[in-house]
Amino acid sequence: MIEILATVNYWVTILLMMGGLYIVVAHGNMIKKLVGLGILQTSVYLLFLSPGKVLGGTAPIISEDFTVYSNPLPHVLILTAIVVGVATLALGMALVVRIHEAYGTIEDDEVHDLELDE
Amino acid sequence: MMRDTIILRVVVKLLLPAILLFALYVQFHGDYGPGGGFQAGVAAAAAIILYGMIFGISAARTVVPQRVLYMLIPLGVLIFAGTGVAGLLLGANFLDYSPLGSTAEAGQHLGILIVELGVFVTVSSSMLAIFYAFGGRAEDALAEEEPTDDGDRKGEIE
Amino acid sequence: MVVAVIGVIRARNLFVVVMFGGIYSFLMATVMVVLDAVDVAMTEAAVGAGVSTVLLLAVLGLVKTREAPLRHSPIIPLLVCLITGGALIYGTVALPPFGRADNPQNRHVAPYYLENAKHETGSANVVTAVLASYRGYDTLGEVAVIFTGGIGVLILLAAVRRRRREDDDENTDADADADSESGEEPAL
Repeated sequence: MIEILATVNYWVTILLMMGGLYIVVAHGNMIKKLVGLGILQTSVYLLFLSPGKVLGGTAPIISEDFTVYSNPLPHVLILTAIVVGVATLALGMALVVRIHEAYGTIEDDEVHDLELDE
Repeated sequence: MMRDTIILRVVVKLLLPAILLFALYVQFHGDYGPGGGFQAGVAAAAAIILYGMIFGISAARTVVPQRVLYMLIPLGVLIFAGTGVAGLLLGANFLDYSPLGSTAEAGQHLGILIVELGVFVTVSSSMLAIFYAFGGRAEDALAEEEPTDDGDRKGEIE
Repeated sequence: MVVAVIGVIRARNLFVVVMFGGIYSFLMATVMVVLDAVDVAMTEAAVGAGVSTVLLLAVLGLVKTREAPLRHSPIIPLLVCLITGGALIYGTVALPPFGRADNPQNRHVAPYYLENAKHETGSANVVTAVLASYRGYDTLGEVAVIFTGGIGVLILLAAVRRRRREDDDENTDADADADSESGEEPAL
């Protein structure tokens, strides 16, 4: 039973990841792309954290009441990844603001046409 | 053109010290429970951002000026790298905190505390500086359209 | 969460899109708590559902709030996503059984950290000990990335604001600025 739930868990995570990837690739609006990038990153974190869980274990904070802990290494990596993701988002948004000021639009099709016209 | 924001103002004034206190709690209890520098930095920045959203960017700029932020952002990185170099100067490897205290364990504990403080400073001041940059842009954009508007209402993100 | 992603895909109003993104981050934080990742859940809730949503709303105040209809047919991206997803699902079949304590990923370095973190570093929170002491070099790099992000946003958004007040042809200046500073983005 756990095996089936775990497999479905991985599949749903990959479904969410592909949803985020689709938003980044298919939509032209830059803010939607940034939100899609965030969705992609967050589902990758989930994919990373799921194998680290130990059934019957607890959060990796040492105390006398518990003996089995979940794996702390993915937590460390994902913590770094979240913070790097927000830095990327901030820089992306700054670029969106500047593009909007330079071209008047944030759809990449229209920016492409404006570039071709110049 | 004051809308009915009296509830928001009162609630924010009550919540602001609670959020900052919670941020400090999370920062210094990172050793004994969940927490650490990143969570605390983001929470502290969120407190000032909340203040800036309700009372205007100029009010937030009076509380935490831009120049202070310019000094704080590299200060955190300096604290972190400085701790590593201090370990180097005292004879151990780079970022080895053992020689900082009387025993190896005390040195490590002290090193972790200092390093998390550096992380807290850089993360909170960075988030706040980013918010000021975007908010300042909004202020300028609105100022160019309507030069007769006052400064406070433009800070509120619609 | 699947509903939130579908909402992001289908919504035209960008405010709704940002709100769905925030909902997704918050639900993800809840799932992370179930997976015993409490530090990560706190950071994800604070950063993803908090700061990211606020900054996106701040940007929305500066640009338009509706999305134009799609001009290209979305068939090719859909195919790319399906093929990539299929390859990844094929890869997850080879993952070890879920949640067992003797999985290969739980046997390599993690037992050493779990046993020795308390008396070598004096910290009961193993994640903080690993982050700040055992893997401190990575955390130094991460703080440098946050520093670069903050400085980059300040350069992109604060400098031109002063110049806009001084001279009139701001578009040429903005274009020159964007051209000369676009080289620092790939570093992230």
